[in-house]
Amino acid sequence: MLLALAVLVAALALLPLGYIAGFTVDVGWSGVRELVFRPRVGELLWNSTRLVVGTVACCVVLGLGAAWLVERSSVPARRVWHVLLVAPLAVPAFVNSYAWISLLPGLDTYGGALLVVTLSYFPFIYLPVAAAFRGLDPALEETARGLGLSAWAVFRRVQLPQLRVAVLGGSLLVALHLLAEFGALQMLRFPTFTTAIYDQYRATFNGPGATMLAGVLVLLCLGLLLAELRLRGRAAYARSGRGAARPHRSAPLGRLTGPALLGLGLLVGLAVLVPLASLTYWMLTGSSSALPVGELLSTTGTTLGLAAGAAVVTTALAFPTGWLVVRARGRIATLLERSTYLGSAVPGIVVALALVTLSIRATPWLYQTVPVLVAAYAILFLPLAIVNVRSAVEQSPRIYDDVSAALGSSAFDRLRRVTLPLLAPGLGAGAALVFLAVVTELTATLLLAPTGTTTLATAFWSATSGLEYGAAAPFAVLMVLLSAPATVLLSRDARRGLTT
Amino acid sequence: MSSLTVSEVTKSFGATPVLTGIDLHVPNRSLTALLGPSGCGKTTLLRLIAGFDEPDTGAIAVGDRTVTGAGRGVPARRRGIGFVPQEGGLFPHLSVAANVTFGLPRRERRDPGRVRDLLALVGLDAALAERHPHQLSGGQQQRVALARALAPRPSLVLLDEPFSSLDAGLREDTRQAVAEALYASGATAVLVTHDQAEALSMADQVAVMRAGRLVQLADPQTLYRHPLDLDVATFVGDAVVLDADVRGGQAHCELGVLPLERPCPEGPSRILLRPEQLQLGGRTAAPTGTIARVHSVEFYGHDARVLLDLPSGLQVTARLDGSVLPADGAEVAVAVSGAALAFPARAAGRDQAGRDQAGRDQAGRDQAGRDQAVA
Repeated sequence: MLLALAVLVAALALLPLGYIAGFTVDVGWSGVRELVFRPRVGELLWNSTRLVVGTVACCVVLGLGAAWLVERSSVPARRVWHVLLVAPLAVPAFVNSYAWISLLPGLDTYGGALLVVTLSYFPFIYLPVAAAFRGLDPALEETARGLGLSAWAVFRRVQLPQLRVAVLGGSLLVALHLLAEFGALQMLRFPTFTTAIYDQYRATFNGPGATMLAGVLVLLCLGLLLAELRLRGRAAYARSGRGAARPHRSAPLGRLTGPALLGLGLLVGLAVLVPLASLTYWMLTGSSSALPVGELLSTTGTTLGLAAGAAVVTTALAFPTGWLVVRARGRIATLLERSTYLGSAVPGIVVALALVTLSIRATPWLYQTVPVLVAAYAILFLPLAIVNVRSAVEQSPRIYDDVSAALGSSAFDRLRRVTLPLLAPGLGAGAALVFLAVVTELTATLLLAPTGTTTLATAFWSATSGLEYGAAAPFAVLMVLLSAPATVLLSRDARRGLTT
Repeated sequence: MSSLTVSEVTKSFGATPVLTGIDLHVPNRSLTALLGPSGCGKTTLLRLIAGFDEPDTGAIAVGDRTVTGAGRGVPARRRGIGFVPQEGGLFPHLSVAANVTFGLPRRERRDPGRVRDLLALVGLDAALAERHPHQLSGGQQQRVALARALAPRPSLVLLDEPFSSLDAGLREDTRQAVAEALYASGATAVLVTHDQAEALSMADQVAVMRAGRLVQLADPQTLYRHPLDLDVATFVGDAVVLDADVRGGQAHCELGVLPLERPCPEGPSRILLRPEQLQLGGRTAAPTGTIARVHSVEFYGHDARVLLDLPSGLQVTARLDGSVLPADGAEVAVAVSGAALAFPARAAGRDQAGRDQAGRDQAGRDQAGRDQAVA
């Protein structure tokens, strides 16, 4: 029963991939050659590659450096810096690029794109690496030193291997987000696959050109996933002892404290203060025309409604898989879990494109309806929910079922009195993360929202498309305010939700 | 409360047989310990009795009621068997009071008097009722788990290594509290453990399990004094095992000529002594004793273990009270008090005797080979 449901969920998650694969087979080799092997695709490939490589490199440097300063050095006010370094996540990348380009229109170059997306995405590396630094058992370093290793050798042979998983995971996350990023790059007029797919779709509607571009993009994403799996290997590092690790000694910075503070200040200034200042500026300038309160309220209502619906549906869909992965460990459960992750590695634009085409062809009465939009959200954000359901089920081992059965409790009674109360916090956290992700979702919503349904993101988008920066500002501010709680959640527990 | 009868129960996980025909009877109002090394199948047996798993063949009856076998099993929740898991298994989201009353009908759950009585039964203060499990010590958690299992007045209580995660000091107290609560409630109980001291001190009868079968079922004293074979003997306590020759109803061995605990066929055999049977004297004080050299002394305070090197090179252990102890390297005379338990060499402890036998055969063959080579 649960297994059948989990299989259905996996099938839903794999739907966009299946669509692209099926389409490619239909077009045939000659069609693929004609559509893919052309200078335009080469140019997009070059743009995407150099952006991904450049951004990942910058993010690793910034993320590692900042994490070391905050977790392992004597830099003052470390808690404050931690929160400030996670804060950029509260500003969606497309809002960030709006903030920059509306102030500096000359940023529509490779360098500009690199700057803006790096500032948006470096927390994806900072967070897991900081958590990994925190999780490193000082006893290991002391043991290594006791075995006669130098400080540098300790870093290279003990710490770095343990940070590798975090750095790789964070890099993969940055790279996948970049390949899927649409709004920020469209706004910066830096053409990559996503923006090209969108333009093609708008121009020719459901043309084979867009779908084949999507095919290339999906291949890039899958390649990244495979590469990460190979690089990471089977490494899993867990502290073998019980109880909390002792706190670390922090490295004294001495005379370098000033430069360190300056560096952190510059990073936070660029990543947080600039966008906030820009938003404030446009709010004030834009308020010369009266604030459209009615429109803001109705858009916010629609957004919250959609997000709540998607959160409930996605958590419900995540339940069978998350449960089976823990309670029925084995190849099948792992396969089902992996397929949902694979499905959500597909960029939002591709998911949207696939659902548009499939719903027009197979179920025209569903085309441009809320269920299709919610399905897209579910496909995109399932891992957020599954990770949380999974860890919740792990908190509720089978022994509780056995004990309550021995105490005469029926299956339903057990669910009500033991299982659900134990799972509730995890389910809630998963649902909250999905909710907040949907609030700032732009790409799939643009393509799939029913006519007349406007969310904060799409209202913001249509305002900026007309270069009405002032009119766009209130929507952006609302999105930032709604995303803030998610950021707090993430800064508290870096390992949850991020390491998917 | 009822008795428990397990008949010819077998269970395999995949191709691995875990239980190969278990028969066990636990009398009403008694505590039986299932004792065995890890992996011998004792926890599996407990789970079959509780109804969490079903046996492949065989039957289990609680009192007169067959709960599994001959068709379909009664589900765990209808068996009326209390269960105390290894780490207590207290529901982390419920208070102590809610944990203890979990198995009671709804209207009885609210009764504070009931909670107080149940906590008192396991020797806990009623003030703990509003605490949450993570605010309790390990021993308190185990007691709450027992109170929870006893609350619905089960016909039988199963305890799965309930003390293994506790510190030594806490373990003694908790053991005693649990034993008293079980006695006061008149419960029939089965306790799984791999700790022989726990089994011997708490149980009315001990079932020794080995590799999926029940080797010996006896009361603690019989088990310690008359183990079925040398493996059981060494498992339930420290042992001194010597080669001996049984002649005229006496065992002739390195420590002298010893009387026998029970008759044994004449011929080569292995004898069992307990370390507390060895008595040490000064070299001159006991001219009849065997002279041994003290290898080392382990001092525990209340008593001490002395490792002795016998003239043959064999090392044996003596247990003394800690008042007067020999020095390392001293020569002492060893005397034996009480009788020895002899096992005919062929049937004695499978491993020991088997290995010796094989060794002798091998030596014989080697000798034969050399003879041939010379010829």
